[in-house]
Amino acid sequence: MGATTAHAAAHGHQAHHHEESFISKYIFTQDHKMISKQFLVTAIFMAWVAVVMSLLFRLQLAWPGEGFAFTSFFLGEKWAPGGVLDPNMYLALVTIHGTIMVFFVLTGGLSGTFANLLIPLQIGARDMASGFINMLSYWFFFMSSMVMLASLFVEGGPASAGWTVYPPLSALPKAIPGSGAGMTLWLVSMTLFIASSLMGGLNYVVTILNLRTKGMKMTRMPLTVWALFLTAVVGILSFPVLLSAALLLLLDRSLGTSFYLSDIHIAGEALDHSGGSPILFQHLFWFLGHPEVYIVILPAFGITSEIISTNARKPIFGYRAMIGSLFAIAFLSFLVWGHHMFITGMNPFLGSVFVFTTLLIAIPSAVKVFNYITTLWRGNIVFTPAMLFSIGLVATFIAGGLTGIILADSTLDIQVHDTYFVIAHFHIVMGMSAIFGMFAGIYHWFPKMYGKMMNTKLGYAHFWITFACAFGVFFPMHFIGLAGAPRRYYSYSEFPMFDGVVDLNVLVTIFAIIGAMAQLIFTYNFFYSVFRGPKAVQNPWKSNTLEWTTPVEHMHGNWPGPLPVVHRWPYDYSKPGKPEDWVSQITPLEDGEEEH
Amino acid sequence: MTKLLILIVVVLGILAVAQLARVYELTSRLRNKREEEISAGDNRFNARMMWAFLVVYFGFFLWLCVEYKDKMLPVAASAHGVELDWLMDFNWLILFIVFVITNVLLFWFAGKYVYSKDRRAYWLPHNNKLELAWTIAPASVLAVIIIYGLTSWAKITSPASPDAVVVELYARQFDWTARYPGGDGSLGATDFRLINGTNALGIVTRESVATRLAELDAEIAKVDSTLANAILADTKREELNDQVGLMRRNKQRIINLRTIMEQDIAEKGVASTYMHGADDVVIKEFHLPVHQEVKVLIRSQDVIHSAYLPHLRAQMNAVPGMTTTIKMTPTITTDSMRLITKNEAFDFILLCNKICGASHYNMQMPLVVTDAATHESWYAEAMKKPFQTPAAPPAPPVAVPLDSAATAVAATVGTVAQAQPTH
Repeated sequence: MGATTAHAAAHGHQAHHHEESFISKYIFTQDHKMISKQFLVTAIFMAWVAVVMSLLFRLQLAWPGEGFAFTSFFLGEKWAPGGVLDPNMYLALVTIHGTIMVFFVLTGGLSGTFANLLIPLQIGARDMASGFINMLSYWFFFMSSMVMLASLFVEGGPASAGWTVYPPLSALPKAIPGSGAGMTLWLVSMTLFIASSLMGGLNYVVTILNLRTKGMKMTRMPLTVWALFLTAVVGILSFPVLLSAALLLLLDRSLGTSFYLSDIHIAGEALDHSGGSPILFQHLFWFLGHPEVYIVILPAFGITSEIISTNARKPIFGYRAMIGSLFAIAFLSFLVWGHHMFITGMNPFLGSVFVFTTLLIAIPSAVKVFNYITTLWRGNIVFTPAMLFSIGLVATFIAGGLTGIILADSTLDIQVHDTYFVIAHFHIVMGMSAIFGMFAGIYHWFPKMYGKMMNTKLGYAHFWITFACAFGVFFPMHFIGLAGAPRRYYSYSEFPMFDGVVDLNVLVTIFAIIGAMAQLIFTYNFFYSVFRGPKAVQNPWKSNTLEWTTPVEHMHGNWPGPLPVVHRWPYDYSKPGKPEDWVSQITPLEDGEEEH
Repeated sequence: MTKLLILIVVVLGILAVAQLARVYELTSRLRNKREEEISAGDNRFNARMMWAFLVVYFGFFLWLCVEYKDKMLPVAASAHGVELDWLMDFNWLILFIVFVITNVLLFWFAGKYVYSKDRRAYWLPHNNKLELAWTIAPASVLAVIIIYGLTSWAKITSPASPDAVVVELYARQFDWTARYPGGDGSLGATDFRLINGTNALGIVTRESVATRLAELDAEIAKVDSTLANAILADTKREELNDQVGLMRRNKQRIINLRTIMEQDIAEKGVASTYMHGADDVVIKEFHLPVHQEVKVLIRSQDVIHSAYLPHLRAQMNAVPGMTTTIKMTPTITTDSMRLITKNEAFDFILLCNKICGASHYNMQMPLVVTDAATHESWYAEAMKKPFQTPAAPPAPPVAVPLDSAATAVAATVGTVAQAQPTH
């Protein structure tokens, strides 16, 4: 970080040579590498907010009705009288935990960080197509985060209708206090977030299509770039739909329209609303909401494809099949949203169609898993912390993906819909897999981001504790769900039928606490290494891709001389006949050498 | 004191980790070892851990299966539930096999092919046959899953037979109410604007319309007099004005509803849906006869709820503004289930499974399943307390002007006849 950008640029061929002020370098920067760090640090902060929230409600679930100093420290007497979580606050916490994790950490944080860092560096571009829009994208994300955090402090509390904010609950302050000012701020925050996401996404797509360096054919792009590209396309096509859903909800809430509301009698009053349908909102929401889970997981797939290949010192198996399955997943992600709505009273035939399309997605997903496993087979595996998290991703994706088959089957969904089984499923397949992808990316590209190395031993400790806790927390939830326990319940003590499984909640909470502690190790390692870590070499992992041909010290324009020229695909690891077990993409093909 | 101690331990722990990391860093600097060079020892350690993890992972899974097997839901108590359970087990079998194979391969390979300087990874960029194989294999397994799943789904969601028992479940924050059709065998129409202290479901009958109108008139008069006489803050005045405005609009809508009702009664006489409400049984108990198909109509007063009967493997959302339905056939009585579960206190439970507010976690109603005879006698007893005393034969048609304006207003009234849903 102590990089003297101006100094480096003086040696470069770039014309503009000027001292940068603190503000233009660190705050309103248009440099993609700095913007990527801004996204990452914001996401780490937001992730901690969401983790603390999850601990607060996990304490309540494990020991319902008991007071905790931890709880009252964060929530005070109003929301936690005597340290006992208030039921409304419980719902608010699960809502904001979900919102932050899904949107701010795994969408903004994951795509924002790695699309910004890797797209220009891996395709050989000097920066994003529009540095200015890129800067705006971050600052909209920042404002959106601030508005979301501000909503925690309004009277009535933050939005409490679940992260899916289904109306009428989210539309009527009389139904739940969080649907007052808190919900308005939630909608404002999401609007800003969507603006940020669209600006980022358009920029990523344009950059990838137009700014690839000489020789960087689409079929020579690293899978990270492919994944980030398709993620951006999916985001551009789906986020506007959430925006329209949010705007209509705002109208229903503030101007008395009836898009989603009809025939409601609440708090002794029959409301004016007539003719709307709450189900309409669900269709609009899930038209984004389901692609959203792929927006979350695709970048993680891209990152791990790259890392597994690099550290197994072996080409990723079935490069074209990997791209094909990314395409298939991205395309199908738009045709499956109805599987969230099997039991809303939707036409059963429509349900059948969604069963079919949803289960189709299992095919490209299975291909990806088998390809990862085959890449490991007879590899030469170096266990960097990044590699461990990548293998962790495959494991969580298997465990979570398989239970998805149960949930996609409308008949079986009748029984497990909205139970803890669902919580277990999506936390493993989307939460854990995506966050493992994000950790893998951070450990792997930290030397590129900060020019320093993270501590490997602490990385090992972080991985193994997190990995064990991921299963410790979410595996038992399948069983709680199969016993019929619904999600979003403040306590299970009102139901003797759940007495047999509530002790699992204690186990889950203990694992959650240990898992959260493990993130302290990561946070310490991250920030310590940013400032005091040992200096990185140019290509620490002996990787083929272009980002490792840039100097360690960051500079505008990325490469001091002319842009590199690409001659081969990025996965020439252990290629027979080569002296080293890696061949950089900028190495020309030898006479008669097959590309791959 | 303990809290202080815990705090000290945590702080010391963090300091210790930091110091250890620092020592590690300094020694590696001394030994000239670079952070990115993963030592053979580290590689071996992680490879062993992969294998160890596989064992612990499967062990944990098996422990959960064994320990909690008997604490899952008991045997399905409905006809389709038995089929659903079979399908669930069938799916589990397939998934379990895939789960074991993929995990064993993943962790086995990860642990086995650990880095060695003397070795090169096997060059295998692609293999079309293999890739085709594992595209087709999951596709064919999924085809089986889809076919079985959709066959059951079609059966479960097909319309109930005409002679099914009809029950309505009505959800609101935070309780359930059941409604039975009473002596005439069909449910009366409802309108949410008629809901009041004595008409929790807003059943539409001449009496309930008249009662609600009178009530609204009284309320409007009361607010009007407050507005005229009391000294009020501006905000309070505005609030009351809004309130009375809503009451007036609702009054007009109820008058429109009355017009439609009278017209319908004039046309259809006793067959009118507005004549069926009086004998409906509105009750905070949920009773069903065993071995009889039941058609459950589900409605909500305020927000989305979900009627979930885990023991009967049945679930359907309750959505304000629309009626949803499910059909099911209970196959085990509550008493038999008490024997099966060896639990004297066992009850089938109807619970809310869609986030609906602060007391969502306690929105429940027990379901009592009994043999047909017991059910009959319970129902006969319940019918002694109908919603209203049965109405007299329809009064002579009241002259209602039916102009186009009235029809137009009527169209906006919304809920008119929910008694015979077309599902």
